[in-house]
Amino acid sequence: MAGPAPARTQRTDTPTPASVPHPGTVRRTPSSQPEVITGAQAVIRTLERLGVDTVFGLPGGTILPTYDPMLDSEQIDHVLVRHEQGAGHAATGYAAATGRVGVCMATSGPGATNLVTPLADAHMDSVPVLAITGQQSSKLLGTDAFQEADIVGMTMPITKHSFLVTRPEDIPGAIRAAFHIARTGRPGPVLVDITKDAQVATLEFVWDDDVELPGYRPVNRPHAKQIREAAALIAESRRPVIYAGGGIIRSGAHAELRALAEATGIPVTTTLMARGAFPDSHPQHLGMPGMHGTVPAVAAIQKADLLIAIGSRFDDRVTGELETFAPYAKVIHADIDPAEIGKNRVAEVPIVGDAREVLSALLEELRGSFSASLEDARESWWTLLNGWKESYPLGYEPGDTGLCDPQYVIERISTLTGPEGIYTAGVGQHQMWAAQFVEYERPNSWLNSGGLGTMGYAVPAAMGAKKGEPDRVVWAIDGDGCFQMTNQELATCVISGIPIKVAIINNSSLGMVRQWQTLFYDGRYSHSDLNTGHETVRVPDFVKLAEAYGCLGLRVDRNEDVDRAIEQALAVNDRPVVLDFTVPADAMVWPMVPAGVSNDSIQYARDIRPDFSSEAAEEGEIR
Amino acid sequence: MSRHTLSVLVEDKPGVLTRFTGLIARRGFNIHSLAVGTTELEGLSRITVVVDVEDTPLEQVTKQLNKLINVIKIVELEPESSVRRAHMIFKVRADAAARVQVATVVEMFGARIIDVAVDAVSVEATGEQDKVDALHRVLEPFGIKEIVQSGTLAIGRGSKSMTDRAGR
Repeated sequence: MAGPAPARTQRTDTPTPASVPHPGTVRRTPSSQPEVITGAQAVIRTLERLGVDTVFGLPGGTILPTYDPMLDSEQIDHVLVRHEQGAGHAATGYAAATGRVGVCMATSGPGATNLVTPLADAHMDSVPVLAITGQQSSKLLGTDAFQEADIVGMTMPITKHSFLVTRPEDIPGAIRAAFHIARTGRPGPVLVDITKDAQVATLEFVWDDDVELPGYRPVNRPHAKQIREAAALIAESRRPVIYAGGGIIRSGAHAELRALAEATGIPVTTTLMARGAFPDSHPQHLGMPGMHGTVPAVAAIQKADLLIAIGSRFDDRVTGELETFAPYAKVIHADIDPAEIGKNRVAEVPIVGDAREVLSALLEELRGSFSASLEDARESWWTLLNGWKESYPLGYEPGDTGLCDPQYVIERISTLTGPEGIYTAGVGQHQMWAAQFVEYERPNSWLNSGGLGTMGYAVPAAMGAKKGEPDRVVWAIDGDGCFQMTNQELATCVISGIPIKVAIINNSSLGMVRQWQTLFYDGRYSHSDLNTGHETVRVPDFVKLAEAYGCLGLRVDRNEDVDRAIEQALAVNDRPVVLDFTVPADAMVWPMVPAGVSNDSIQYARDIRPDFSSEAAEEGEIR
Repeated sequence: MSRHTLSVLVEDKPGVLTRFTGLIARRGFNIHSLAVGTTELEGLSRITVVVDVEDTPLEQVTKQLNKLINVIKIVELEPESSVRRAHMIFKVRADAAARVQVATVVEMFGARIIDVAVDAVSVEATGEQDKVDALHRVLEPFGIKEIVQSGTLAIGRGSKSMTDRAGR
């Protein structure tokens, strides 16, 4: 369409330091002479030009034209999934593990609607995903034609942006813009819906790197004045805490985070989305804040006089009751998305910018104008923090059933796999234990469904991660409930040679639902029993299921057999492995802050609340 | 709750209005009135939306609207620095006896009769919302058969234009 005068264009590749591989690097080739090709060929050609090497998808009527030239692409490796939801989560896993844009493809109607859950998931967790869907021919749009669904309309609230393309000449520009939008600013999923007639008709293909989006100008560079104010607050703070969120990982700001933390001696907490953004082994790391966070992390935030939030969004699972969250703290809130700042908590110093640029600017400012403050060891604060770390380490009571302890299983997987492993999880108890008991030492190693809480994320996400990072060991730590939602992708893994490892934490129930029923519904277990585990009919039998798919399947019932099974799984790399760990249904996730109450009422274990009375004296001094 | 008028410059592309109103609805705000049309710049449309909302959530919804890729610019038009107009058409019961009375009222308000039938007239009024509401109250006793109204239109006072910099 005729564009308005606004000719403020953005290059598809923004400059980044040479040392950092930029997500989805654009291959620069000289503009070609116009060449007449079909819209379908233009889809493939454009993806190739954008550097896409993998597409997860499943063909159907309206996307068939595009699948034809797909067969000839030497660059794009198409992974044929068994369900489009698997394609969407695989693209998300690929993107979260590699930092590049994940691409998925589906046909119109049900193919497209099956992408709705993964798109919502990627939207909540800010993952750069490009979804391409076929659509009925433009003449049939709006007639309830076979497999017609208004996927652009349906996904508006759960995509960063979307395009409906009805003319072949618009295909390259739409895909290029979608790719650019997905990976810049706050990353997110973008959908391109292309009618079948646009795929079949021809266009003159000319490559052009420019993307014209007059209404889209993400701010990466923070404002100097805000940085100065933030640095001043940091310099004068007595009990500061860094509240690091998933933005650190998306922006690749882990090194800058570490540099700032080490230069200032400020303790760091990493949210569920930020596990791995700061090494777990680092003495300044307090762990994860929030509902199932560590006591030191939760307590530090509650007692802090300054909260330095970087790439985090004050989610209700972190804050608990908002009014009593971090009651003594002033807030510095840095985020690339201006709409996150002040959404839930007012920030004394709001900073709009990319986490990496914000952190390095902050450190530079502190070194330049507040160098004396860097000498401040904040000893009384660290005395308190170290006291909490010593008194309330993350731990668990071994069960007395003789079955595997879920926390032990996960600890051993982490130890035996080492720091280069990638771990994915769906939602629930297994997710929380995997967040707590895997030792994360690097970013892009923990992939989970944080915001949406999607059951069934783990297996397809692991598949996508393994495809993108074939040299790393990839574990799907899954629940018996979650696993039953998407395990059909094991067929994809076997046929396409993607040797992931699945650890089912099999408590024979919807574990987190059961935990809440135990704690808040008088133990009335309404429809949370799945009969997959110990002393049940085991339907399905996960070992037999794994074998039916052509995977190695092993059952592990006791702690003493855990290591041997994990070692066996690590030794098998020619096919996927499924380990079915039998764990007791009554194991619970601790610590816990019940939903909607103050983080001050954190329970270290059931009915055990940390004793902060010894700190009463300091608290007097705090205020 | 307070009433705010936002003037929003958007790209003239399919689906923009759906994205815009969908987002407002999702965030739980009530749209009081809405007016959309093209502008002096090709490819740009302008939405004037009046919403009922608290101040803090208004900032939040403005930020969210700004995130829409097709939204170029959002300005809140304050009552003291802008001119706003409501446009309404009333179909009023008016037989031969009442017609003169209705015509008198219409003339006093500076409104216009745009259609006449045996037992009814259609009256068009443009002006500040208060003035149009007052006319409404005066016409009520005659018996109003139908009302249709456009969204509020608003423009900043003075020589500056909202599209000044958007065009570059």
